[in-house]
Amino acid sequence: MMRKDLKALSIIAAGVAVFPWIFGGNQYFISLGIFLGLNAITTMGLSLLMGYAGQISLGHAAFLGIGAYSSGILTTRYGLHPLMAFLAGALLSAAVAALVGKPTLRLKGHYMAVATLGFGEIVFIAFNELSSLTGGPSGLSNIPPLSFGGIAMEGTPFLYLVWGVAFAVLAFSLNIINSRVGRALRAVHGSELAAKAMGIDAGRCKLNVFVLSAVYASMAGSLYAHFLAFISPNAFSLMSSILLLMMVVIGGSQTLWGAVAGAAILTLLPQYLRSLEDFEVLAYGAILLAGLLFMPQGILEAIRQLLAKLGGQGR
Amino acid sequence: MNEEILAIAGLEKSFGGLRAIADLDLAVPAGKIQAVIGPNGAGKTTLFNLIAGIFPPTRGEFFFRGKKLNGLKPHEIAHLGISRTFQNVELFAHMSALENVMIGRHSRLRAGIFQAGFRLPGMRREERECRERALKELRFMGLEEKAALDALSLPLGEQKLLEIARALATEPKLLLLDEPAAGLNPRDTAQLSETVLRIRERGITILLVEHDMNLVMEISDIISVLNYGRKIAEGKPREIQRNPEVIAAYLGEEGNGASA
Repeated sequence: MMRKDLKALSIIAAGVAVFPWIFGGNQYFISLGIFLGLNAITTMGLSLLMGYAGQISLGHAAFLGIGAYSSGILTTRYGLHPLMAFLAGALLSAAVAALVGKPTLRLKGHYMAVATLGFGEIVFIAFNELSSLTGGPSGLSNIPPLSFGGIAMEGTPFLYLVWGVAFAVLAFSLNIINSRVGRALRAVHGSELAAKAMGIDAGRCKLNVFVLSAVYASMAGSLYAHFLAFISPNAFSLMSSILLLMMVVIGGSQTLWGAVAGAAILTLLPQYLRSLEDFEVLAYGAILLAGLLFMPQGILEAIRQLLAKLGGQGR
Repeated sequence: MNEEILAIAGLEKSFGGLRAIADLDLAVPAGKIQAVIGPNGAGKTTLFNLIAGIFPPTRGEFFFRGKKLNGLKPHEIAHLGISRTFQNVELFAHMSALENVMIGRHSRLRAGIFQAGFRLPGMRREERECRERALKELRFMGLEEKAALDALSLPLGEQKLLEIARALATEPKLLLLDEPAAGLNPRDTAQLSETVLRIRERGITILLVEHDMNLVMEISDIISVLNYGRKIAEGKPREIQRNPEVIAAYLGEEGNGASA
């Protein structure tokens, strides 16, 4: 991990640590913080996939769902320990991603997006139709909360848990970027021809990242299920996949931090637009559109350029 | 002991109706510098792409150190010990010169997602060795002072040398150089020829495609001449210079009798 990454990481960690103190245990803000963390876990995987492997997935809500339903079903119907269910969901997501990724990752750009969209829809339909297992459209309820050493993971402890996982995912991902694997990914992105000539198996690289991003999403899904205690297919629809993708684009897919920034913006923005009442959706859409038009590299890059410009003028 | 490091038999490659290479046999002796020359469109770069596995031949077989290459993917061929540079420089953008060379070490390293993500001790040692080895290759090419610079910010001549450093980092047994002197000034070219000779001293076989005849004649052990996808001559530089067929191919039929 680079020094500046470590610095940014400690700033966010400090922010998360004092967050419950500032908001005095206000449940609404705590849940916002939790959702932000969950989204960040998923978008970091998507960011690796988009920014480093150059692939677009429109089906990542499916992996979120596979994690959530694995945890939900295994703990409620089979009485499995939540941690075991969590791991089972991650393994299942990895297996499904490997199976789906093998043929689809041969595709590029839009074709890959359409293929993963189709996959997401199939999984969404499965959640709805396998009602004996998933509870169908009416969902699955009474999922037990997580507890560690007698402490029920609700409210503030759960916030810390989610962000603990998010930081682990962030550190893990940054380590990968600054390694043989990350170098290979960037090489494939830069010149696939030269990467192959250097002995890099481009297809395998992309598949590995796809599987990793699926595992991240699955982990977020499992935590989500335990947090809400209730899940239904709607949370894992195409709209969720698009929203996740949007977070990465708005934040900027060039760095992992963009994924975190994008998750923060798109999780918090709708809450602040509530006051606009009837115009909420309109304003939301306008902001997203403006973001894409005027900050195509994402908000982090836009801020960086702005700072550079201001710094240049100051001299 | 097998004298040939690369043997090509009955090679043919057609793109639609265009036959880029026709019935080519080629034997590259180990430890030598062999040049492939010929007028534009003679099939030289096609030959390199076929050896590197970019596309399959229409007909014919390749053997590298006795192992058949047909059907292998480019990264597998690289793994066996064939590395290359590109006619139009293919360096990795947004990466330093050093990182570019470190990528050449890819197939000699092991760390996967887990070792990298958790930064296990083995991976850290591997990474350190990779960096040292890459620096060594930069030093070999005289580029050590450029290690931290963005690869694409270097002048063309240095970019070409950097590509060679990257290829050397893969520990090749056979190095394919595709027009390494194109776009270089005379001083850089002189340095290049000296460098290629030093690469041969390391026991690496070199197959060279080049238009700069002074360079080719100066450093090659053997020269094969292609024209319209066929081999029209092969031999030592001195023999090739006097070969009437070669002269005709380069200068056109009217050129008969002219000295090269």
